[in-house]
Amino acid sequence: MNETKEKAPQKNAAQIFFEEMRGGSVAIPILAIISGFILGGLIVAITSDEMYIAFQEGSTVLGLKIGFNEAVEAFKALFIGAFGNPSEIWAAFRGGDDIAIQAAIKPFLETLVQSTPFIFVGLSVALGFRTGLFNIGAEGQLVIGSVTAVWAGYAITGLPALIHIPLALLIGALGGALWGFIPGWLKAKTGGHEVINTIMLNFVAANLTFWLLKYPMLAPNRTDPISPDILDSAKLFRFFADEEMRFHIGFFIALALGALVYWFLFKTKWGFELRTVGSNPDAARYAGINPARSIIIAMSLSGALAGLAGANEVLGLNHNLAPAAATGYGFDGIAIALLGKSQPLGVVLSALLFGTLRNGGNTLKRPPTSVPIDLILIMQAFILVFVAAPAIVRTIYRLREPEEVEEGVFVRGWGGS
Amino acid sequence: MAPVLELKNITKRFPGVLANDQIDLTLEQGEIHALLGENGAGKTTLMNILFGLYNADAGEILIKGNHLVTGSSKDAISAGVGMVHQHFMLVPVFTVTENVMLGDEITKYGEILDRTAAADRVREISQRYNLEIDPDAYVKDLPVGVQQRVEIIKLLYRKADILIFDEPTAVLTPQEADELVNIMRSLVNQGKSIIFITHKLREVLAVADRITVIRQGKVVGTTTPAQADQNTLASMMVGREVDLQVKKEAVEKGEVILEVEDLIVLDDRHQAAVNSVSFEVRAGEILGVAGVQGNGQTELVEALTGLRSPLDGKIELLGKDVSQATPREITEIGSAHIPEDRQRDGLVLTYSIADNLILNTYYLDPFAKGPILQQEEIYKTAEELVEKFDIRTPSIITQAGSLSGGNQQKVIVAREFSRSTKLLIASQPTRGLDVGSVEYIHHQLIEKRGSGSAVLLVSTELDEVMELSDRIAVMYRGKIVDVVDAEQTTKEMVGLLMAGISPNGAGKQLEASKKTKKNKTNNK
Repeated sequence: MNETKEKAPQKNAAQIFFEEMRGGSVAIPILAIISGFILGGLIVAITSDEMYIAFQEGSTVLGLKIGFNEAVEAFKALFIGAFGNPSEIWAAFRGGDDIAIQAAIKPFLETLVQSTPFIFVGLSVALGFRTGLFNIGAEGQLVIGSVTAVWAGYAITGLPALIHIPLALLIGALGGALWGFIPGWLKAKTGGHEVINTIMLNFVAANLTFWLLKYPMLAPNRTDPISPDILDSAKLFRFFADEEMRFHIGFFIALALGALVYWFLFKTKWGFELRTVGSNPDAARYAGINPARSIIIAMSLSGALAGLAGANEVLGLNHNLAPAAATGYGFDGIAIALLGKSQPLGVVLSALLFGTLRNGGNTLKRPPTSVPIDLILIMQAFILVFVAAPAIVRTIYRLREPEEVEEGVFVRGWGGS
Repeated sequence: MAPVLELKNITKRFPGVLANDQIDLTLEQGEIHALLGENGAGKTTLMNILFGLYNADAGEILIKGNHLVTGSSKDAISAGVGMVHQHFMLVPVFTVTENVMLGDEITKYGEILDRTAAADRVREISQRYNLEIDPDAYVKDLPVGVQQRVEIIKLLYRKADILIFDEPTAVLTPQEADELVNIMRSLVNQGKSIIFITHKLREVLAVADRITVIRQGKVVGTTTPAQADQNTLASMMVGREVDLQVKKEAVEKGEVILEVEDLIVLDDRHQAAVNSVSFEVRAGEILGVAGVQGNGQTELVEALTGLRSPLDGKIELLGKDVSQATPREITEIGSAHIPEDRQRDGLVLTYSIADNLILNTYYLDPFAKGPILQQEEIYKTAEELVEKFDIRTPSIITQAGSLSGGNQQKVIVAREFSRSTKLLIASQPTRGLDVGSVEYIHHQLIEKRGSGSAVLLVSTELDEVMELSDRIAVMYRGKIVDVVDAEQTTKEMVGLLMAGISPNGAGKQLEASKKTKKNKTNNK
């Protein structure tokens, strides 16, 4: 008997990274978000001409004050852009005029619309993480999902909406599932790393889509690659008649899926299998779980969730598909899953944050603030850096090391089989 | 004369643990001083403080009366302290001389290595201390016992006077261990002093001049082999009376539960790790598999539990051929498995104890109804098992990873023993456990045998195998050299078999190996 045998198995860099990342409860993400906002504010301040002018012509104090004001103004604009103007909302509800109320809460509803695809892709990536898989291919799966969903939306005719909508969503999910199944199968059967294969399939998906839209799926009387519009029976139900109010049922479908993913992962034996494979593949094998099967299932489900993100966009918002519609949601999904600690609830909250930032950013770039939209990306990047490097946050805020490690995200690194 | 080494009042605190609590230890010139304690008692921490890897919170270290300013291992080494690590620090593709001179090279004409001079010194040291060795041999070609000698020569080459052996016999056959004892004796006769870290009571009594026992970071007492016996030492280590003798009652042997025939299993490098092995285990008996680590035991167990599919041969469990069965099929037929590496295979450390207790039965009624896990039922069962198997834990939702090694093993034992099975495969079931847990696991194994189960016990601890088994199969280089009756054999006899020396079965083995070769070519 020897004492060194008592040590945990050797970890590679990626394992350590992910263990660090999932440790430390909710304090780290929240503090990371706060830190991200503070740094974002600093950047607004130091990039504003007014502050430098004040420094030169006035005093240092005045300069600092102006810089501070600039940052506050920016956050105000961000807030109003994302949630609406509280006093306007108050006034509208008091007035009781439907049109006024709609106009007042429109920014908030738009934030929910913007958050919806984030929820889907965040859940997609999180489910992969839970099984120890790094699905970088959510982007490709989303694209395929949107293609298949849009096809189902215009090519299948004669169905009532009650059947057509679920069918189109399902076909979108299946498209994504197929695109996830391929790297899952490759990993299970050949050991091909899912990171490489999903990245490659992203390119295949993008180019395949372009070809499909250019030729077989090209809308009549069009030359630029775009699909026909989907039938009305396939359009996701919108809550307001006004064309400008885009809020549709997709948001609630996303929330329901969040609950479903939670139930699946933590309350069913299938989820138990996936989580065991993700937490300790050796023990999973010992326990009679087939890791290869779990990997294929997890990648397919992850793909299906990403596919739904695509389906949600085409059936709920655009109602047709153009190649430019691929917007990098898949990659944001990785960020959202990381920030949400791969917990379905965490993912939903992170997705709402990302939706808020994106929608609020649109207001921010317009006068009077005129802050470039890149600020939002910089803030997101800062938040992620802090989430991914919790040691920094722990040092800044003097947090103690967590004693227990949260179960879950566990991705084996390069060369891990 | 001042003692060669004095540790005074050493105290080291880690968050939540007092690893060393005012430890005093004196090493006299020319003595072998055994440092005895369970895993986690603080032996390693103490030595790490001596080597400057940790800074003590309090206390001082004197070497030959001089204050040692700790801070780096270099200081300890230059003061003449050297350590033979449990896991050798050798470069396999270097020669003995190259390994010895590594880091302290003799050079000529500036920066050119002077191998001849170094080899001469190695030769001189080996003659002086009776450490037979060929300076030009490659380390990879040397047996483990000889590699350990290279480690010792490395220290002597650096003029160490105080040698620390950290669990040196863990990797040796009994014969090699005996030889090491001779080497240690010859070293002290020539004026060296030795600290011998171990938890094996028998060795301590055989070799030490003085014995210091530590428990939970404190020195419990210092004694000599003349004044102590195994039971008193064990009680000192554990802090209570320990029953080291396992009482086995005669059990009627029943039907054949597991039958293995001509089994060939390849390891990860596609070498035959298990080479044409045949044996059977009957109900009500414990078949021990003895052998030095790495002689195919791991692969054998993996094949028997479905984790590695064998190249050839037959495995029959309760009359069913399971040679290509999945782990789940084998589990369901009625096999329990205590895996060799509990943290790698046996537990999900980030899962709760409750979840670990259903790790291989989660899909069965009553833990799952349809696809849905029955939380209440799972928790209820967990509470029962924690109680029944005396798992010391704050709660059933505590993470398995935060338990001590002994309690982690109890979780596995609880899980595997609570199912009704006809076969138990226990691989290194007590590795790294404290005496109390070892005692517990041993009694559980005997109880399992008494209940009419067949038990296959794979262990590199010869004492354990000798004590518990009814029959002993000895593995050497992938083959079973011989199967002997535990009551009619001696430790020496099994030791010889472990080294591959078979007094009566040589002809048989030769035949078997020929057959294997044929099989192998057929299968390619």
